[in-house]
Amino acid sequence: MNKFWERLLAIDRRIIFVVIFLALSVPIFLQIGLPIPVTSEVQILYDALEDLSRGSRILVSCDFDPGSEPELQPMTEAAFKYFIENDLKFVIIGLWPQGPIQANRAIEDINESEDDFIVENGDTLYFGEDIVVVSGDTARYGIDFINLGFQVGQELVIQRMGTSFEATFPTDKRFGLSQKEFPIMDGIYRLADFDFVFNLSAGYPGTTEWVQFAVDRFHVPVGAGNTAVQAPLAYPYLDTGQLSGILGGMKGGAEFERLVGHKARATLFMTSQTMAHIFVMLFIVVGNLAFFATMRKSDKQGLKR
Amino acid sequence: MRREIPLILTGIVGITFFIQFFVPHSPMRELSETFSDWYSIISAFAIWLGALNLMKISFEKVYKKDKDWFFAITTIVTFFLILIVGLFFSGGRQYLEQGSGFDWLYRNIYSPLSATMFALLAFFVASASYRAFRARNAQATVLLLAAFIVMAGRTPFGDWITIYLPEGWRLSNLSNIIMNYFNVAGQRAIMIGISLGVVSTSLRIILGIERSHLGGE
Repeated sequence: MNKFWERLLAIDRRIIFVVIFLALSVPIFLQIGLPIPVTSEVQILYDALEDLSRGSRILVSCDFDPGSEPELQPMTEAAFKYFIENDLKFVIIGLWPQGPIQANRAIEDINESEDDFIVENGDTLYFGEDIVVVSGDTARYGIDFINLGFQVGQELVIQRMGTSFEATFPTDKRFGLSQKEFPIMDGIYRLADFDFVFNLSAGYPGTTEWVQFAVDRFHVPVGAGNTAVQAPLAYPYLDTGQLSGILGGMKGGAEFERLVGHKARATLFMTSQTMAHIFVMLFIVVGNLAFFATMRKSDKQGLKR
Repeated sequence: MRREIPLILTGIVGITFFIQFFVPHSPMRELSETFSDWYSIISAFAIWLGALNLMKISFEKVYKKDKDWFFAITTIVTFFLILIVGLFFSGGRQYLEQGSGFDWLYRNIYSPLSATMFALLAFFVASASYRAFRARNAQATVLLLAAFIVMAGRTPFGDWITIYLPEGWRLSNLSNIIMNYFNVAGQRAIMIGISLGVVSTSLRIILGIERSHLGGE
């Protein structure tokens, strides 16, 4: 029996890798739906968004890169769908250089439009990727959403936006035109002119900086979507009311998808995450059992000597 | 003067930002705005400086045939590939649009490689949890139990195995208690400690007492 435990303790780590690979990949193909209860922190964020009136303007700061895509991209997509369906206008920026690119990808992925143009009152207005259609609702570039790109300067970018938004983001990313030429930017002079900030963050600069500057300094409500690793760091801001809700990791994303009524990738990936957690817990139990079994044996041998 | 001028600049800028926080009026507001713009410009140059430094180190590594010099070639080739494709073969300002050369590289090379590196964590965490996560003493046991509850409680599995218990005792609820109370208390203590450290270090830098960032002794 002891040899069994010893062998188990010295198991080749590649076997563990294979088990985890199967635990993560098989559920994706099985497409099992698991019940996902909504936690209070996600509900707070959803309620804050529900409280916004139609036409409200939201600043979306995408502060992540493809490394965090599995966790944060589904949240981004679900949020954009929600904004479009509820007629909330959104301005995309990034404190990470890859963030606005990820936002572009999210918009392309949620777009159900196959038309190249849209006609209003007999005039052809917008072409190709300038239109985003989600469940029959249409969003137009420059009117309902805009991408102002990345700005270098970490938290000082937030501080500068507090006094002048145009000085921080003078042009849009797609056409290089002055942001003032787009109707969505009418009346936006500084950060406080936004009704809400939604920050998707994978590290620094991210949610902590948005709370410290946007919330504490300029009194703009901020909600956040974080990676599971980073989310615990943001929890203290929930209690104090500095953060208007948080989506933590894949689970937060799945809960948000449930609330907005668009079950997508986060919900699907939750099965994989659940399986991986189960196996990691099993590994811990088996590893500890083997450890104590072999330790007891070595203790006994020590006593005999 | 090589040390004095940076010290004077740091002092002026630091004190300006400090006062501006409490007195957000003219002329402190304009001064802090100017300094913020300077910061953005200097940061933009710093990106180029970093890129050039990376190239210098990589070229030196290849030239001297240092350890792992082959990887330096990969760095140089990919750096120039993305730079050239982005600048000259991606439609100018439209370089981020779907279908451009830069977008193709981003989607098909950078994005999967970046996600792969991050995904490797799952495998190493699983392996480490099997080999190193032991209940050797009371503290380690508490840590292990907390990890267990949070891991199970953050998935539907946690509720599934405790469905027959009263709602307050279900793993999802216990996990929320750990995250919202124990975690928050610990994080707050760490944040306050860090903040006090940042304040004292910042004051030392602004007043010119701390000079290690200028190089030398």
